[in-house]
Amino acid sequence: MGQEFDSSDRVCQRCQTHPASVHFTRVVNGEKSDRYLCEACARDEGAYHFMLGPQFTVQHVLGGLIGEAPGARGRKETRTKRCPHCGATYQRFAETGRLGCDRCYETFASELEPLIKRLHGSLEHHGKIPSRGGQHLIHQQRLDALRAEMQQAVAQELFEEAARIRDEIRIVEKQAAAGGGRADAAGEWGDGDASQI
Amino acid sequence: MGAARMRQGNGGMEMPLKFSQWMDGVGPDADIVLSSRIRLARNLAGLPFPHRMDEAQSAILLEQITEAVRALEPQWAVRIQRLADLTAVERMGLVERHLVSPQLVQEPIRFQSVAINERESVSLMVGEEDHVRIQMLWPALQLEEAWRAANHVDDALESRLSYAFDGKIGYLTACPTNVGTAMRASVMLHLPALVMTRQAPQVFTTLAQIGMVVRGLYGEGSEALGNIFQVSNQVSLGLAEDEFIHNLTVVAQQIIGRERHARMHLLQNAEVALADRVGRAWGLLTNARIMTSEEALRLLSEVKLGQELGLLTETVSATFAQLTTMTRSASLQMMAGRDLGPDERDEFRATTLRTHLLGKD
Repeated sequence: MGQEFDSSDRVCQRCQTHPASVHFTRVVNGEKSDRYLCEACARDEGAYHFMLGPQFTVQHVLGGLIGEAPGARGRKETRTKRCPHCGATYQRFAETGRLGCDRCYETFASELEPLIKRLHGSLEHHGKIPSRGGQHLIHQQRLDALRAEMQQAVAQELFEEAARIRDEIRIVEKQAAAGGGRADAAGEWGDGDASQI
Repeated sequence: MGAARMRQGNGGMEMPLKFSQWMDGVGPDADIVLSSRIRLARNLAGLPFPHRMDEAQSAILLEQITEAVRALEPQWAVRIQRLADLTAVERMGLVERHLVSPQLVQEPIRFQSVAINERESVSLMVGEEDHVRIQMLWPALQLEEAWRAANHVDDALESRLSYAFDGKIGYLTACPTNVGTAMRASVMLHLPALVMTRQAPQVFTTLAQIGMVVRGLYGEGSEALGNIFQVSNQVSLGLAEDEFIHNLTVVAQQIIGRERHARMHLLQNAEVALADRVGRAWGLLTNARIMTSEEALRLLSEVKLGQELGLLTETVSATFAQLTTMTRSASLQMMAGRDLGPDERDEFRATTLRTHLLGKD
């Protein structure tokens, strides 16, 4: 813990005005010297040539992951692919780790899917679903869960239980059929949304 | 507890420092867990992510969020303000109290805003990496409670906002590392005994293998000042929110168990040495006239450990979280009511600590 220092408490040794934010240790022929510098002076002195720390962010790691993605053929085409909704390119995403808008997920779906799989080990959301416009998804999630339960009941030969679950599935299916269409029309992927902006 | 007031002056308009609810230091496992945090990332459908928004789009975002925030039930009573309307010190103070992320206050500040309630338990960050990030910060190990509250606020906002959501991969975020639940749950842990017994690196390596991230006091890239560590979930897709929270809670309880075990080990095998260290820390904190922030955090950590193990009989009305926060540079300057140079800060920090630890208020 001896190397921590509160950058705001120290002034740059070079310009003597800005707060020091870089601790720069140089070892030349076994002789160690410590420098506390501000960003600008550190860059002037070439300290950044030796540093990896500040550049090693999520964005950079992501950039690396994207770069070595399998199926790299046609990569040039991928890199210049542009989201028709916001104009962001895949190249830009590879550099910054940030997509341009929610539609980028559709535009770059084929590139993003393996990446998301690698990051999360999954491609399926099992959590909360927004109730607005997501009603049909909520029904779907409930149905999936009930069907799994029913299969388990059948496997354990709990047929009464399985029959009860089957009835519940029918009720949810009816609810979904009644409300699902409406929710779809109001879904956030509708073209109507874009014109609002 | 309430507000802390400085008695001795350096000529400025001294202000009491506001303490957040999360610093109360009460709740399950509060001897080791400082706080529990839930953060949900949400984006509006069809609007570019903040880093690609132009002026007009920023105005739309701010207007929609402001309207949704105003419609929140009175129990939340959040007040929204633009970060550009705050001074640099005030903005840094918000970071020190963990109410906004360091990224949100990074220049250039354009339309970025934050909505915070009176007790500072909920904060909505507008225009950081995502359109809005809902944060709940509670004292001690209370992740489930924080999630319930965050979920409630999210429901209320969603009744007025159209979120970017995909049936397959969930909530859509600017960075694909956050898709799915778009939830980051984290606990802030005080682990002095694991550090002293050199078990911390091994514990953290194990955590990394099971998809947990360990960071320092102020998130990404910050060091573990004062033996305080943040542990959070790395993955946000594939499990439901309550499953992620359950996993983190279980992991936190295991770390707590290890820390308690290490404390007992130290007490049984090196009580005198430990009591000596704690006593020296107390002596320095209550007598020093110049104190750097890292020294303050290190000593406060030892005093907190001493209190928990009964090695220190002095009673202190301020909690560990309150004391560590008030020694940070922006918080100090807010208390002083004026900008302080580095040397002035070290002096003012020593004075502040003496006043609070000795209770001469």
